[in-house]
Amino acid sequence: MQRVNQLHPVAEDFEPAFYKDLHTDLMFLNMGPSHPASHGTLRTFVALDGETIMAAVLEIGYLHRGFEKTAEHRTYDQVIPYTDRLNYVSALMNNVGFAKAVEGLLGVTVPDRCIFLRVIISELMRIVDHLVCQGANLVDIGALTNFWYLFNQREKLYDILDKLTGARLTNSFTRIGGLARDAYEGFEDDVLNVLKDFEAAVLDVTRLVKKNRIFQNRTVGIGVISAEDAISYGFTGPCLRASGVPYDLRAVHPYYYYDQFDFEIPVGENGDVYDRFMVRFEEIHQSIRIIRQALKMLPGGPVNSDDKRVSLPPKDQTYVHIEGLINHFKHIYEGVKVPAGEFYDATEAANGELGFYIVSDDSGKPYRVRCRPPCFTIFSAFPDMVEGGLIADAISTLGSINIIAGELER
Amino acid sequence: MSIELAQRLQQRFADAITEVQDARDMPVLICKKDQISAILTHLRDDPDYQCNLLTDITAVDYLKYPVKQPQRFAVVYHLYSLEHGHRFRLKAYLSVADLSIDSAVPLWKTANWLEREIWDMYGIRFNNHPNLKRILNHIEFEGHPLRKDYPVDKRQILTINDSLMDEMDKRLKEKGLK
Repeated sequence: MQRVNQLHPVAEDFEPAFYKDLHTDLMFLNMGPSHPASHGTLRTFVALDGETIMAAVLEIGYLHRGFEKTAEHRTYDQVIPYTDRLNYVSALMNNVGFAKAVEGLLGVTVPDRCIFLRVIISELMRIVDHLVCQGANLVDIGALTNFWYLFNQREKLYDILDKLTGARLTNSFTRIGGLARDAYEGFEDDVLNVLKDFEAAVLDVTRLVKKNRIFQNRTVGIGVISAEDAISYGFTGPCLRASGVPYDLRAVHPYYYYDQFDFEIPVGENGDVYDRFMVRFEEIHQSIRIIRQALKMLPGGPVNSDDKRVSLPPKDQTYVHIEGLINHFKHIYEGVKVPAGEFYDATEAANGELGFYIVSDDSGKPYRVRCRPPCFTIFSAFPDMVEGGLIADAISTLGSINIIAGELER
Repeated sequence: MSIELAQRLQQRFADAITEVQDARDMPVLICKKDQISAILTHLRDDPDYQCNLLTDITAVDYLKYPVKQPQRFAVVYHLYSLEHGHRFRLKAYLSVADLSIDSAVPLWKTANWLEREIWDMYGIRFNNHPNLKRILNHIEFEGHPLRKDYPVDKRQILTINDSLMDEMDKRLKEKGLK
C-alpha cells in the first residue's frame, strides 16, 4: 500500500475505497531454471513488488555432475575430457589449467612451443568466451543484431579448432606434459586471419552500442557491486576488474611468459553492467595483441615434454621394443604416477581465477581434485546485485556476470 | 618471504598453529580448529598479511590416504592478499567425533556458499553459519558424496521440488519485509 501511495498519491484521494482493498502483498515468482534468459539451468526465486525485486534467493545444482568425485576415479589424463565440460564455452582454458596444475605438482616443465601454443589457444578461447557472453547479453537486452556480428566470427574460430583439435566445443587438447598434437601447417595464418575478423566484429559492435542511449539506459548503474563487496564475495576476473580492482593473474603472477607480452589490464570504475561490458570488449583487444606477439615468438621444436614420467614413448619404441611397449601400456592403464603431495595452481580463465587444488597419493589417479570455479563465488553475490532493481535489470546483470552452469555446478 | 610471515604468525599463535610447512606453491599452516576464526581474522586485517581475498575453502577426506594424517577430515582455506600478492594455505584437521568448525561468513561473504558446499559434500558443520543447507545436491539427497566411503556409482531417486520458501523467509526478514 505504501508503494501505491507513493506512485499515485492523487488517485487515492479520489477513490479511497478502491485503494483500501487493493492487494499489495509481495508476489513470488520463479525465474528459471528453464528459461532462455537464465543462461543455463539457474533458478532465481524472487519476491516482487510490482516489477521491483525486493528479495531474491538462488537454487543451483541442476547441472551438478560430480566432477570432483569422478576425477578421483580416473587417471590424470582421463580427467582432461571432464574439464572440457566445466566452462564449456572456453574448454581449452580448463584443459590448460588442469594440465598446468598437475605439471606443477609433478615438477615437470613443458617445452616452449607447447607453452606458446597454450597461450595462443587460451587467449583465443578468452576471446570466444567474451564474444559469447557479450553476444548473448546483448540479445537479452534487445540488441539482437550484435549477436550475429559476434557469433559469425566465433564460428570461424571453431573451424580452426576443428582442424587443430578435431572438435568444436569439447576439445580435450592438452595432455599432462604437453599437447595432444602439434599445430597443423598453416595454423598461424588461419589465426592471424580470424584475428582480423574478431577485431572488425568487436569494433562494429562497440560502435553500435558504446554510445547508444538505449544501451546505456539498460546498463549504466545497473547491477552495481562495489570493489569492497566484490572482494568479500571472492570475485575474480573481468567482474572484479570492472569494479576497479586490477587483479589479473597474467599480470600479477605471470606464468607461461605472460611477463614478456606487452598488454594492458583494463579496469572499470563503477562495477555496473556497462563497465563489465567495456572491460570485456577491451580484454578482447588485449588478447588479440597477446596472440599476435605469441605467434611471432612461437618457437619450433617438440610440444611434448621428454620427461619419461609424463610422456608416451616414441612410436618406434612402442612398436619395436618390448620396453617401449610396456612403458606405453603402463602409462595408459595406470596413468601418470604422481608422488604424494598437494598443490594449488591457478590460471586466469575467461571468468576469473580458475584454480585446481590437487591432492595426490603416489598413484595414477588423483586422490582429490578441487576445482575452484570463478563463477561459483560470483554467482553467490547475485541476490545482492539485483535486489531493489527491476526484473529486466536482473536479466542484464545475470548476462554480464557470465555464469556458466557447467563450471558453477561441476 | 611469505614463509617468514607464516613463521611469524606461528610465533604469535603458538598454541593454535601446530606446524608450518614450506610447500612449493605456498606456505601451509596447520591450525587447531578452535582458533581458526582468530587466525583468519588476523590474516585478513593485519597490515603485514592483508589476505583480503578468500580464494577457496574446501575439505579433504583422508580415509584412504596412504600417508598417515592427524585426523580423517581437513578443512582447507586458500587465502590471497591483493595488496602483497602472497598466498597462504590453512589446514584444520577435524575428528570424526566432532565434525564442526567455526564459520568464516562473518569475515567473507563468499564463505557462505563455499561452506554450504563442504557441508553438502562432506557433512562438516560450520558453527553460526546463517544458512547451512545443501547447495549442489538435491535436498532429499542422503549421505555426503565426496566422502571416500560413498560409492561413486551409488544412485538415488529424488523427486521433491524445493519451494525455497525457507530461504526466502530468512531473506525477507533480513530485508525487514516480513
